Amino acid sequence: MIQMLKLALRNLGRNRRRSFFSALAMGVALALLLMMASILQGEYGDAIDLAIRLQSGHLQLRSASYDEVKTSLKWEDLIEDPDQVAAQVASIGPVTVATPRLYASGFVTTRDESDGVRVVGIDPLSAANEPYREGMREGEFLTPDDRDGLLLGWSLANRLGLSAGDQVNLSVNTSDGDVDEQSFTVRGIYSTGTSGFDGFTVFLPLAKAQAFTRAENRASTIFILLNDTSQTEAVIAALQVPGYELVTWQEMNELIVQTEDLSSSYMVFFYLIVLGIAATVIVNTQIMSVYERTREIGILTAVGMRARQVMAIFLAESGLLAVGGIVLGLLIGGAVVAYFTRFGLPLNVENFGITGMLFRDKIYALLTVEDTVRLTLMTFIVTLLAGLYPAVLASRMEPVTALRAEK
Amino acid sequence: MEVAKVEDVTRVYAIGKVETHALRGVNLTIESGEFTALVGPSGSGKTTLLQLLGCLDRPTSGRVFISGKDVSQLNRDQRADMRRGTIGFIFQFFALIPTLTAYENIEMPLLLNGHSAGERLARITELLEAVGLGDRGASRPDQLSGGQQQRVAIARALASKPSLILADEPTANLDTPNGQQVMETMTRLNKDTGVTFVFATHDPRVIHYARRVVTLRDGLVAEDKVVAAKA
Repeated sequence: MIQMLKLALRNLGRNRRRSFFSALAMGVALALLLMMASILQGEYGDAIDLAIRLQSGHLQLRSASYDEVKTSLKWEDLIEDPDQVAAQVASIGPVTVATPRLYASGFVTTRDESDGVRVVGIDPLSAANEPYREGMREGEFLTPDDRDGLLLGWSLANRLGLSAGDQVNLSVNTSDGDVDEQSFTVRGIYSTGTSGFDGFTVFLPLAKAQAFTRAENRASTIFILLNDTSQTEAVIAALQVPGYELVTWQEMNELIVQTEDLSSSYMVFFYLIVLGIAATVIVNTQIMSVYERTREIGILTAVGMRARQVMAIFLAESGLLAVGGIVLGLLIGGAVVAYFTRFGLPLNVENFGITGMLFRDKIYALLTVEDTVRLTLMTFIVTLLAGLYPAVLASRMEPVTALRAEK
Repeated sequence: MEVAKVEDVTRVYAIGKVETHALRGVNLTIESGEFTALVGPSGSGKTTLLQLLGCLDRPTSGRVFISGKDVSQLNRDQRADMRRGTIGFIFQFFALIPTLTAYENIEMPLLLNGHSAGERLARITELLEAVGLGDRGASRPDQLSGGQQQRVAIARALASKPSLILADEPTANLDTPNGQQVMETMTRLNKDTGVTFVFATHDPRVIHYARRVVTLRDGLVAEDKVVAAKA
């Protein structure tokens, strides 16, 4: 075996440049796959994380009749005395945050422009607001007793040409079916790095939002964060509030979960296409090698080498090319992935609007050990398969015919 | 003792619709320890007969026996096994693997026969000394002269202690001094080890080394005579 590998290595060494470029082809293919997998992983992993932190939480407790799409504000669709319910939810072990939120549809109007927004009434003191608080770009965060201040997202403020301290008019639908309008001061401008969220979410203190929409002491949901995503089912089992239902992050982010599953499926085909193209280089190299070394194959069979041993030499060469390609691929791919992990891949989110999905303005690559091992194995196997045909070709040569070949 | 025997052997090559009769019914017996030359003009069937004796090819009809065993209908792997254990080859071109050293070229049949590292070292050292290349084991073929390469090929042919060594025009690509050296090496090894040599040649400078000369013409044995070999 060692002798066979030695022979294979020396055979590859005869034409170092050709062997290098063959291995490089596989290496570039692997690097491309690693990059694609890490971008995909980064994109969807981040999308789910963002959706949970910014929008859905791990769980939401809602009235069974609440319709999220309609952003219903009817009293019967809302949670009554939400602070008390939230306190009850927060007493369960894995729950780190449980806070009431009130959602309403509205319009922000300036002197020149207006834009549709989603108004979210929040408890400004809740830890669930950390992503917005940490992303403050201008002004100040809300306080519970603020009666005329609101927070705007960075991209919405840019679109409307607003800065902290500016006055805007906000119109909302109300619980009794009317529309109300009030003037507010832009208390602060936040950025989550997610234009899809920042571009249409306006925050008000919960008490103000309740008064403004006439929901009184009610909220749309109890927004719940857990200390571990895997605890979701356990909390559902422990938390049963009559008249209310619990909605999981998977249900609220169904589109992201399904899109991720779909992407993972079709990416396998993409991977195979990329590897298939690179594998033709290996096939070509090895077929050339078989024809160049026909007489040697004759010599080896003349001294008693069996067909499968001849085949093994050529497969060993393909295996070594695969190893070389994998080393190059991990180096090139590792460098590219490291760059995108650190600096991210800019994404034109303004033109990338998919309802229900949140993407950061940049995708940060995330390469998992599982993806690295899977793609490396895939590259190795495809390279070996590519070397199979030339190896069979070599092993089927008749010694007499092979010995007659020109050197 | 009979080392090789062919009985009424024919070999027909078909290229498209054209058939070429390389051998037309050859009968020949090679005894142990012989040093036999196959001679004849080009196309007389010398190489074809060597290939059949060497289990590199199968006859169209007739039977070939090696050490008493009928090898005419063996499959490819069975013929490879027979070659590995019983037959050594020396070719007209210096048939060494260019990426391997002289030592490693000789080692190849020993590896295929499953000899241990110690056995291989002892055998290869002995063979390199026997062909006068004791100090060239680490040399690659392109670092050796044609004569030296052919002597490495002789050592490789002897490595597995075969009962029969077949040489196809072993001096054809060598100048006279190197050709003589190769023939003298083969003659000496034949005498020292008793291994049987059958070589094809049309080189008049080397025919006189043979103790038996079989002349082929048009695919048939035209003459078979025992001669007084060169001392």
